[in-house]
Amino acid sequence: MAKLHVSTTINGEPMEFLCEPSDTMLDALRGPLALTGSKEGCASGDCGACSITLDDRLVCSCLMLAVESEGREIRTIEGMAHGDKLHPLQQKFLEVAALQCGICTPGMLVASDALLRQNPRPSEEEVRFWLAGNLCRCTGYDKIVRAVLETAAETREQGTRESRQ
Amino acid sequence: MNVIANNKWIGQRTIRPDGVDKVTGRAGYAADTTMPGMIWGKILRSPHPHARIRGINTAKAEALPGVKAVVTARDIVDFPVDKSVMLGIQDMRWMCRNVMAREKALFPGHPVAAVAATSEAIAARACELIEVDYEVLPWSIEIDDAILPDAPILHDFIKFEGKPSNIAGRMEIKKGEIAEGFKQAEVVVERSFATRPVHQGYIEPHACLVSVAADNKTTIWSSSQGQFMVRAMTAHLSGIPQSDIRAIPAEIGGGFGGKTIVYLEPLATLLAKKSGRPVKMVMTREEVMRSTGPTSGSKSTVKIGAKKDGTIVAAQGTFYLQAGGLPGSPIRGAVGCSFSPYDIPNVLSVGFDVVSNRSKVAAYRAPGAPIGAYAVECVLDELAEALKMDPLELRLKNAARQGTKAAHGPVFPRIGYVETLQAAKAHPHYTAPLGKYQGRGVASGFWFNAGGESSAQVNITEDGNVVVTTGHPDIGGSRAAIANICAELLGIDYRRVSVLIGDTATVGFSNLTGGSRVLFASAMVVTQSTEKIIATLRERAAKIWEIDPEAVKWENGAAHPASPNAGQFEPLTLAQLAEKAPQMGGPIGAGVQLNTEGAEGGFGTHICDVEVDVELGIVRVIRYTAVQDVGRAIHPSYVEGQMQGGVAQGIGWALNEEYIYNRDGKVDNPGFLDYRMPVCSDLPMLDTVMVEVPNPKHPQGVKGVGEVPLVPVMAAVANAIHNALGKRFYSLPMSPPKVLQVLEGKG
Ligand code: FES
Ligand code: FES
Repeated sequence: MAKLHVSTTINGEPMEFLCEPSDTMLDALRGPLALTGSKEGCASGDCGACSITLDDRLVCSCLMLAVESEGREIRTIEGMAHGDKLHPLQQKFLEVAALQCGICTPGMLVASDALLRQNPRPSEEEVRFWLAGNLCRCTGYDKIVRAVLETAAETREQGTRESRQ
Repeated sequence: MNVIANNKWIGQRTIRPDGVDKVTGRAGYAADTTMPGMIWGKILRSPHPHARIRGINTAKAEALPGVKAVVTARDIVDFPVDKSVMLGIQDMRWMCRNVMAREKALFPGHPVAAVAATSEAIAARACELIEVDYEVLPWSIEIDDAILPDAPILHDFIKFEGKPSNIAGRMEIKKGEIAEGFKQAEVVVERSFATRPVHQGYIEPHACLVSVAADNKTTIWSSSQGQFMVRAMTAHLSGIPQSDIRAIPAEIGGGFGGKTIVYLEPLATLLAKKSGRPVKMVMTREEVMRSTGPTSGSKSTVKIGAKKDGTIVAAQGTFYLQAGGLPGSPIRGAVGCSFSPYDIPNVLSVGFDVVSNRSKVAAYRAPGAPIGAYAVECVLDELAEALKMDPLELRLKNAARQGTKAAHGPVFPRIGYVETLQAAKAHPHYTAPLGKYQGRGVASGFWFNAGGESSAQVNITEDGNVVVTTGHPDIGGSRAAIANICAELLGIDYRRVSVLIGDTATVGFSNLTGGSRVLFASAMVVTQSTEKIIATLRERAAKIWEIDPEAVKWENGAAHPASPNAGQFEPLTLAQLAEKAPQMGGPIGAGVQLNTEGAEGGFGTHICDVEVDVELGIVRVIRYTAVQDVGRAIHPSYVEGQMQGGVAQGIGWALNEEYIYNRDGKVDNPGFLDYRMPVCSDLPMLDTVMVEVPNPKHPQGVKGVGEVPLVPVMAAVANAIHNALGKRFYSLPMSPPKVLQVLEGKG
């Protein structure tokens, strides 16, 4: 079977790749695109380790076909930091030790970022329900939830400070 | 004891050295690794729970274009069943049969052949072309069935009491006179319990990449809890000498004991050798669930007798643990840990290792201990109720202390169990009001902890920074703790210390990351290496100043004259001494290898609140506090993280997790959708209280912390449910259907 040619945008960069029609976006990211930050924990949409955004919507890249990215905008964990400046969520995850083995971390960060973009003021319950699609077996989620809530609070504070200036 | 006071870095919540790589997605896990010319390996697995393998025909698979190699049990070194060959805790007789079925397939998912091909899809297609001639045999899954007199026997070489049996082993510990003890008892509670096998549930499936050169030089990148274990097992099973194998630890995406054995590495090695190409193998989640881990399911009976004043006089436990298709369930943990928190004069604890047609169990966090503690701590709760005593008070009254002779043998040194009970009792959680259908339970737990072999190398860079290499895969933040310790000893900023995990060719032998041993052991070898370096630095400063090394002290990252009469000299910093190294005796570095001793057991006491939805049978944990004697928290955040993670796993074990088998003897829920581990919205915040009773036999007072947190959880949840409903559960998981049954009076 001939491979399909796909043109897409990944983390702000135009990209092209070849894939099988049946390849998932996760296969494409981890294979031809060599973006292995997205992890495969289940390939069935149940663990969230492969979380990315597609046109700003949070999706499991293992449940999406690679060809569906044609002409769309993909964001992955690799696009989260700006140069050598970590995203506030990444920084907070480090500070509060919201990761142990770290395999769920890329997915957790992408999902948390998607949450804070649409709801900068989530309650603990909202964080917990939003992240219910991202399994973590190491942390018991406590420090992850704290990291997200603290980042949200600090980002708001900073926003207020900046708008006052 | 050499516990440092006034620490600058020990006890600080520093940022882990491997952190930025992990939050940016750059860290290299085994499945992220590739190599030029790499091909893919896949495994053909038995569809039957129990079948004799009469023959395997691989011709069609080999003929498929793209297929580069096929291996079967014939290619793997055989270890005949009549002679045990132990490698660490693993018996190679079972190892070689677990990696690939030999005479028989023993569970659905048991590997029977492996293929390497130019793509995963071709390898999978080739597996379907392999013809296996099976003689399907009767099977049993559950303990009750496996120990029936007419049960299908899995292995003719297993005999129990002289007869062929599925009971592969028995272990017993004894203290005092059990019958005499029970005669003194005024209140006796005896109950039977059952637990289901649960999977370790690491999010990263097993994966490896192996390259074998024509001269046998082999490189293995894999996800495991021990690169030296990988090297040794692969060498034994492939026949390649250990010196030709270099096992490189990839970052590991969780293990919890489940990655202390090999599944893929020997097969990938044989495929790579046969094909002449690097071979990558990655399990699917379904393969992980069907063919790796889990821990044992169990049946147990516990009987405890006490005087009216609450003094426990006798305790007896019988534990049957599932081993899976090959012997080796963690009876030692169940038998040895269950009664250890208590000072009981008469104890008899017996365990049986039972084989049945399930995947072979692997270690899971304090293997066996949670199963034993579940039964014992539930019985204690009933005993407290019968005695009208506060359950923590009952435990306090009987708590093991310094000088207590534990049921499993040793006399305890200074331990912190009582402190955990007192801290739990004093915690506001213990007296907070409860609402309707809410209940509170407590339970305690013990784990042996361990020492063992560890190696480290510490080198000073030319610019005066530090590189530490240890031999233990970092699974939960050990690099951060080691950076804290090394920075503390050298008196420099922790960011100047980088901590790496060495491979089998670059660092001395180090045993598994497991048993809650890593920081205990690696802190010792890192401390000794760093002390050697400090001695060198003092000598060099002494030479420069032309004084006696004894007259030089090391403080705040620099050499200083030890006293005013040593002379007046400007301090020489680590960086200055490093710069002068070429003129002053050369590179500065030290390595230490030790068989570490002095690990002390760990204790925890947990408080759990639940709320039961009596309509739906759903139990929610609404508040949880884990108290633990952690010895010394070198990096408190990661100690808390271990505690919280263990609790979350225990809540899953208590409430939801189980393997469901269909009528064909196959697991029906081999995915994360139906094997229901706790998700974020299932849990509350998990409160932790670290009690620090330093281990006197360790330079920093370290005790293992990783395993204790899982031990008491199932009992704490069960006791809380009883408190909420006035009804007791004697089997796990306490899932909604079961809760409803009990609520409707049918349980
Ligand atoms: S790998 Fe996509 S959700 Fe698990
Ligand atoms: S940190 Fe290991 S799975 Fe989340």
